[in-house]
Amino acid sequence: MTADFWYMGGYARFVWPCVGFACAVLAWNLWSARRYHAAARLRAARALAMSAGEQS
Amino acid sequence: MWTWFYKLASPPYVYGVAAALTPWLLGTAAICIGYGLVDGLVFAPPDYQQGDAFRIVYVHAPSAWMSLFSYTSMAIAGAIGLIWRIKMGHAVAAASAPIGASFTLVALVTGSLWGRPMWGTYWAWDPRLTSELILLFLYAGVMSLRSAFEDPARGDRAAALLAVVGVVNVPIIHYSVLWWNSLHQGATVAKIGKPAMALSMLWPLLSMLLGFMLFYGAVLCMRLQGEVLNRERQATWVREAIKS
Repeated sequence: MTADFWYMGGYARFVWPCVGFACAVLAWNLWSARRYHAAARLRAARALAMSAGEQS
Repeated sequence: MWTWFYKLASPPYVYGVAAALTPWLLGTAAICIGYGLVDGLVFAPPDYQQGDAFRIVYVHAPSAWMSLFSYTSMAIAGAIGLIWRIKMGHAVAAASAPIGASFTLVALVTGSLWGRPMWGTYWAWDPRLTSELILLFLYAGVMSLRSAFEDPARGDRAAALLAVVGVVNVPIIHYSVLWWNSLHQGATVAKIGKPAMALSMLWPLLSMLLGFMLFYGAVLCMRLQGEVLNRERQATWVREAIKS
């Protein structure tokens, strides 16, 4: 039963790379969006620190 | 009536809404995609012609739909930015482009892998495939154009203009299978009348589509927060936002 599932009726070498690639791209989207947001927060924090330094 | 629309032009409001929506969208997307994958890959019966190869549809079709949906969203947001000069319109367009490009890439790669056992080739210069490839180039063009200008406002306007002009490709992709002879199959789910698909195969597909839409919304909200902070980093409200 399990072997049949992974075999995918002989189409395993097409089905699983498709599922794997799609999942990898979804994961990349999440990772890159988090990274983008974190980098923007850091830049904003630096800009605020610099402007506070200039004022003092 | 237009109050909600005007509120969407306010960066702190958009930032707050995006931050609040992200976990809900992500959670429901995970449920829908999880259910769709398990039902589609394990429980749906094999197709009478394509056998188990048809299961590629569960990642291919939602990606292809989302490639068109996110391009249309990007063009509408860009047009709002151009016409009403709302900065948040450009921010949404900028946040949408990389997500849409990634969905287009998934649609092309999975379509190519599906084409090999069904058509005997990974690629053909078929109207549907070619117009989808042009969509990927349009996404790349929009993203490159935005970053090609030193003045971000000019980059936003140029990218929005290209996105709006390029939206003509969306109906071409959709109707290419009807207008020209194509290897690609015609409409299955969005067929007028009854969908040409058994319900046991259709439910997981609809669940995957909903999951991909919610996922797009979640990633858009996450990217949008970054876009807003990049554009408003000198604003006083940002101090409070990054402390929380």
